[in-house]
Amino acid sequence: MDQLREYLKGHAVDDLVQQAVLDEASRRFIHSAHVVEEEALKAGLLPARYQRNRKTLSIEQQLTLFQARVAVIGCGGLGGYVIEGLTRLGIGTIVAVDPDQFEEHNLNRQILCTLETLCYPKTAAAAHRVRQINPAVTLIAVQKAFNNDNEGKFLKECDAVVDALDSNAARVELAKICSKHSIPLVHGAIAGWYGQIAVQLPGEQTVLNFMQKCKGKTGIEKEIGNPSFAPMVVAGLQTAEVCKIITHRDRTLSARIIFIDLLNMRFEEMKIE
Amino acid sequence: MQITINLFATLRKNRFESDRRQCPEGTTVQSILNDLSIPESEAAIIFVNGRHAGPDTFLLEKDTVSIFPPIGGG
Repeated sequence: MDQLREYLKGHAVDDLVQQAVLDEASRRFIHSAHVVEEEALKAGLLPARYQRNRKTLSIEQQLTLFQARVAVIGCGGLGGYVIEGLTRLGIGTIVAVDPDQFEEHNLNRQILCTLETLCYPKTAAAAHRVRQINPAVTLIAVQKAFNNDNEGKFLKECDAVVDALDSNAARVELAKICSKHSIPLVHGAIAGWYGQIAVQLPGEQTVLNFMQKCKGKTGIEKEIGNPSFAPMVVAGLQTAEVCKIITHRDRTLSARIIFIDLLNMRFEEMKIE
Repeated sequence: MQITINLFATLRKNRFESDRRQCPEGTTVQSILNDLSIPESEAAIIFVNGRHAGPDTFLLEKDTVSIFPPIGGG
């Protein structure tokens, strides 16, 4: 590792390390791209891909993000954009959970769905996209439905869980599990012009209590569908909340829910307990 | 007593966005839902003055009731 660090320091420009240097270091010292990026950050060097982050996030925070593990439950409309955002943010390990394959009706809004990925598993498309953006990010693809029986395996050791599910019944189970294991949960949901976001921190049951009120009631998205922009907006907000859970915990959206009305461009905030 | 009612998303269709109305003492959220013909299945989340409430919540002078439909897409 010392040799690797010396190599990275020797080839850095100021404190920036170009992708070509990281790639060469990976080949020369036979370490994965993940290990090389982490060592660069530990040495106080910034991979050049993050240079536009640096006035917002310090190198230390970038390292914290890289050492974090975040689960994204659902890889459709919200999940696809969240995975895109987390990868570019520099989260080191993403656990992507979804049992489904892409279908034509996903093309209107799901960023991972293209003509090339139709009929492919959503989690496989997520892994492919992450490799295209940054091979140092580890994506663990779990092509299974989220349920009570298998939750422990997916969510254990996660620093945050993103709710990108499409069923409020499943959301209740996810919120229960996150509450039980003290894992921060970032809830998001969409329907037509509308969306909502909330965060449940360890020790809270806010999202669980909220979702229990919705359980058994059919979401209005079944009637009005989902256009392209709703998942982009809500997934962007969810990604910002994940970032803060890891780097600015005291600024997270706690004990509040935000309702988003894109038709009238209004955000309404309510307290949840 | 005067009550403000705010409806969100699809609940506004054929109704209104915001309305102030006079209600008798003892009015509950449920009686508002009945007046507006909003079935319980369509009123997922109810807040009174920005805090969680339910159909049985009694309303007081100048309360604001906000009613949201269930949203579940992802």
